[in-house]
Amino acid sequence: MSLIASLAAGLQTGVDTIAPALASTDNPMADFSDTPWWLSLVKAVLLFVIMVVSVLLVTWFERRVIGRMQQRPGPNRVGPLGIMQTLADGVKLALTEDLTPKNADTVVFFLAPIITGAMAFVSFAIIPMGAMVTMFGHRTPLQLADTPVAVLLVLAVAGVGVYGIVLGGWSSGSTYPLLGGLRSTAQVISYEIAMGLSLVAVFMFSGSMSTSQIVASQKSLWFILPAFFSFLVYVVTMVGETNRLPFDLAEGDGELGGGFHTEYSSLKWAMYFLGEYLNMFTVSALATTMFLGGWQAPPGIAAINGGMFNQGWWGLLWFVIKLWLFIFFFIWLRGSLVRVRYDQFMRFGWKFLIPVTMLWVVAVAFIRGAQLAFFGENTRTATVIVVGVIAAVALGVAWVWDGKRAAAAVPVARPEEIDPFAGGYPVPPLPGQRLREPSPRGLQPRTSADSYPELTDQEATRG
Amino acid sequence: MADEQKASFLSELFAPVAGFGVTFATMFRKLQTEEYPEVKRPTQPRYHGRHQLNRHPDGLEKCVGCELCAWACPADAIYVEGADNDDSEGGGGRFSPGERYGRVYQINYLRCIFCGLCIEACPTRALTMTNDYEMAADERGKLIYEKNQLLAPMQEGMVAAPHPMVAGLSERDYYQGTVAKATPEQHAWADAREAGLASRSASAAASTRPPAVPSTQGDAR
Repeated sequence: MSLIASLAAGLQTGVDTIAPALASTDNPMADFSDTPWWLSLVKAVLLFVIMVVSVLLVTWFERRVIGRMQQRPGPNRVGPLGIMQTLADGVKLALTEDLTPKNADTVVFFLAPIITGAMAFVSFAIIPMGAMVTMFGHRTPLQLADTPVAVLLVLAVAGVGVYGIVLGGWSSGSTYPLLGGLRSTAQVISYEIAMGLSLVAVFMFSGSMSTSQIVASQKSLWFILPAFFSFLVYVVTMVGETNRLPFDLAEGDGELGGGFHTEYSSLKWAMYFLGEYLNMFTVSALATTMFLGGWQAPPGIAAINGGMFNQGWWGLLWFVIKLWLFIFFFIWLRGSLVRVRYDQFMRFGWKFLIPVTMLWVVAVAFIRGAQLAFFGENTRTATVIVVGVIAAVALGVAWVWDGKRAAAAVPVARPEEIDPFAGGYPVPPLPGQRLREPSPRGLQPRTSADSYPELTDQEATRG
Repeated sequence: MADEQKASFLSELFAPVAGFGVTFATMFRKLQTEEYPEVKRPTQPRYHGRHQLNRHPDGLEKCVGCELCAWACPADAIYVEGADNDDSEGGGGRFSPGERYGRVYQINYLRCIFCGLCIEACPTRALTMTNDYEMAADERGKLIYEKNQLLAPMQEGMVAAPHPMVAGLSERDYYQGTVAKATPEQHAWADAREAGLASRSASAAASTRPPAVPSTQGDAR
């Protein structure tokens, strides 16, 4: 025990010596000075339990909500309101046979789901879930850890998580998982670029990559307003990042038979499942932290009683509400949209999201410069004015572009109309021909003038 | 082709995301799912369910064992074996008005397609269909229904067959609905037979086959 304690102390001093070298604003706001190592352990275990329970809950919640969206109740038989359905599914999953394909690379095949599952847990450590609270007689933030580059850590861990997908797809020794794994990797990596770029604006507004610092700098104004475009891009990319509908191309049930985890079964498959849903929580938590003020109370409530609702454990409530709003949004997307085509998806990511987000980052740089240089104080009005001007310009450009495109659309000439029954037998239209619309009065009776053509086995010449 | 209606600016603006409104609104609509085993919705009144062999108001069976139902059945699900009614002393007894009755009546519900042609074929309205559709079983034998399972339950004023017809009435009167309920004579006859059967079994003279027990050696199976 003392060994671990001394190790932790050494680590702490090491961090302390590094920290002063960095700019003062980069330092995390969260104060871990009164957090002994065992309390961190307690928090880690609590976090782990909460996340596993959340995954159990969210699968049930998702199926219920999607059910309601399709006018059916969803799982409602196991336990009250069917809430134990996930548990039953989990037990069933654990009891199914664990198959390993003959061609599989056994070690990697075993390792891949563990990578995905384990990496999904890591990111949540740096998410601040509340203000300073008293736990076991110590004042400690509701956050497991924080670093000056906490958000980069999330992106990096997400990048490592992709290894689980690509290795799982490759090691299965089968075609569909390989294709699914490649697709999934391409997808996640492509959208991680746009995601990282969209977060740059937040870093510029907050002046830090530390999550606690970012939450603290949203005290007066949530970043969803000044960085609204980043928020929109982030929402799109987080769906792409988690392989969820409408971007679940990696699973592509129709063409890939389940994607990279086609050959997985039993608990190995469960690890992927767990990882997928944990990723959903991670990106939602990150969105909450980056754009929706993290654990801070909504503006109206925050003002009540001198900020009472921003103190202590209240933060956890606001955080959980915001987090589940995003989860609901994920489910809503799944209930409303169909899967996009792969090439559309990639084109959207590379040719639209990335360049436009780059432009946005440049614009934000100008905004920040303007705020600090022209408007003097870093005020809310300055931010709103500049963002408003940029939004107006963007809308105007879009309007003009749309108008030009509409003008460019030349009306296509209607093709020649033919009577499919002219030769006595119905014929399909040739390219450039169009069948005559059937008469609303039904088929006209034949007159004696257009007599029946002679019945032969020779095809009549007609054009 | 009708001209497309000019969409308003707002509806055009939100057209790409209108689907989200549809799914969100659907969440608050009434569910279509029927919670079947817990909540049973009644069928339509003319639903083709399990068959029933009806009785006359005095308890005699309407089935005359003509086998027209079996002949009409496209799935060959019905097996009928007719026998003569016997009013004589010590005879087999009378189960239906008229000459004959259905001694064995089986419907194989593994074959039955519930088309109702048997109902149309029945000349005496003996065979009808109920609204009962819960006939699942885990065994083949359980799905071949015997006559005792198909017979309509006894109603007020009925006496279980066998017993004689109402005195002075013909088969025709039965079909024309003249009979309203079992007469006291019929009650008395049935009670006497009951007593006779009891005493006979008590005297252990079991060599004589008791009547009214239909054979189950059919071949509807």
